[in-house]
Amino acid sequence: MSRVHAPRGLAELLALRADLPGAALMAGGTDLVPRSRARGGLPEDVILLQDVPELHGITSGKGLLRIGAAATHAALLADPRVGRGLPVLARALACLASPAIRNMGSIGGNICTASPAGDTLPPLHVLEARVELAGREGVRELSLAEFILGPGRTALGPGEVLCAVLVPRPEGFSLQHFEKVGLRGAMAIAVVSLAAMLRLDGRGRVAEARLAWGSAGPAVVRCPAAEAALLGRRPTLSALRAAARHARAAVRPIDDLRASAAYRREVAGNLLLRLADLSSR
Amino acid sequence: MTIRFLLNGREVACESAPDRRAVDLLREEFGLTGVKEGCGGGECGACAVLVDGSARLSCLMLAAQLAGRSVVTVEGLGTAEAPHPLQTAFAEHGAVQCGYCAPGMLMAAADLLARDPSPDREAIAGAVSGTLCRCGGYGKIVEAVERAAEAMRPGPVRKALRKKRGGA
Repeated sequence: MSRVHAPRGLAELLALRADLPGAALMAGGTDLVPRSRARGGLPEDVILLQDVPELHGITSGKGLLRIGAAATHAALLADPRVGRGLPVLARALACLASPAIRNMGSIGGNICTASPAGDTLPPLHVLEARVELAGREGVRELSLAEFILGPGRTALGPGEVLCAVLVPRPEGFSLQHFEKVGLRGAMAIAVVSLAAMLRLDGRGRVAEARLAWGSAGPAVVRCPAAEAALLGRRPTLSALRAAARHARAAVRPIDDLRASAAYRREVAGNLLLRLADLSSR
Repeated sequence: MTIRFLLNGREVACESAPDRRAVDLLREEFGLTGVKEGCGGGECGACAVLVDGSARLSCLMLAAQLAGRSVVTVEGLGTAEAPHPLQTAFAEHGAVQCGYCAPGMLMAAADLLARDPSPDREAIAGAVSGTLCRCGGYGKIVEAVERAAEAMRPGPVRKALRKKRGGA
C-alpha cells in the first residue's frame, strides 16, 4: 500500500519532497497512475499536488504569463490569456487526450512526463517557455531544452518541484499553428506533430520563424535550417517545400506500433506545407 | 484513513486505503455500480464521475483525492422516478444499446451542458469523444444530448418569468 500525502502549501510540499526523495509527485495522475499500475503498483509514497494553491494559479506580468505547474489543461483552455492569447498552445490543448483527461492532467505533468509525444511540448518550445523549479535551496529557471533530457528524463533535482511554466508573450507572430497527426480524433498519441510561429514583415515576408516537431525524435526537434530557409520569403508552397527538406533531414523518428520512421519523416516535412494555406487566408 | 466527502449531495465518510482507486471505493463501499470500469487506464471514459462539477475518470483517481470534494455519479444525476433530462432523452431516443458506456456518456454530457447550454453537434461529439461506445451508437447519443439540451433550456415563458423575478 502506498502512503498518500496531501500538502496544503508550497512550503509543506518542499519539506515533504526533501524528506521523501523517492516519492512520486502527482497532479492529475493521468500518466502516473496507468504507468505505475503497468509496473505493478504506485510508488511507496505519493505526494498529491491538488491542494497546493501556489501551483494552480495563472498570473500575467512583465511581458510573460506564469502558469502554475498543476493548472489543468482545461483550466488553461478556459483562460482567454491562453485560449486567445497563445493560439499555438490552445490548439494543442484542445486536441490533447479527451475532455475528462483535460480536466485532470496538468501542464507540469505533461512536461515532467517528458514523452516525445507530449502535446504541449512543441508549442512550449516555439513559445520559448521556461520552467521554474523550486527546492529548499531556492528557485532556478531552465529552458525546456535544458529541462527535458530524453524520453521520461528531466533535469528535476531530487528535492525539487516544477512550480511554474513561464511563457513570454509573443509579439507580432500573426501566424501560430499546431497540428497533430494521430490514428484517431480523441485520445490520439501523436504520430508526428508540428508547432509553428511565423512573424511576417509589412510585405508578408517571414521575419522570424519558429518550428518544433513532436514524436519526431527522443525530445522535441527544432530545425534552425528549416527556419532559416523561410527567412525573407513569403510562406508559399515552394518556400515551405525547401524548409520541409531541411526538416526531414533533421528529425530522428523511430519505428513503433503507430507508424514507421520513414512515414514520420515524410509527414514531418508535409505538415509545414499547411502553413501556405493558413497564410493565404 | 477516514475519507469524508459529499457523495450525490449527501455527506459521507468511509475507511479506506488512501491509494485505493476511486472507482473501487464508489462501487464497493457505496454500491454505486453505475460507475463502470472499462479499460482501467483512462482510455474509455466508462468510469467518469463529476468531481466538483467536472467530469473525471474514477479509475485514475485515488480515494484520498476525494476528501473534501463533491462527487456525483450517474445515480446522483437522477433517479428512475425523477430522471435527469439527459437520462430521459437517452431512454427516449434509443441512445442506450448494451448500456455499458451510458453512465460515462451521461456524465460527460452533464459536464458539457453545465458549461454550454446550447452546444452544437460538433461540441457534443467533442464532449463525449473520450467515451467509447463499442455498440457504435454515437449518432443517437449525440442526438439525445441535443434533445436534452433543448428540454433543459428555458423557453420564452420561463425566460420571461426569470427576468421578472430578477435573475436566475
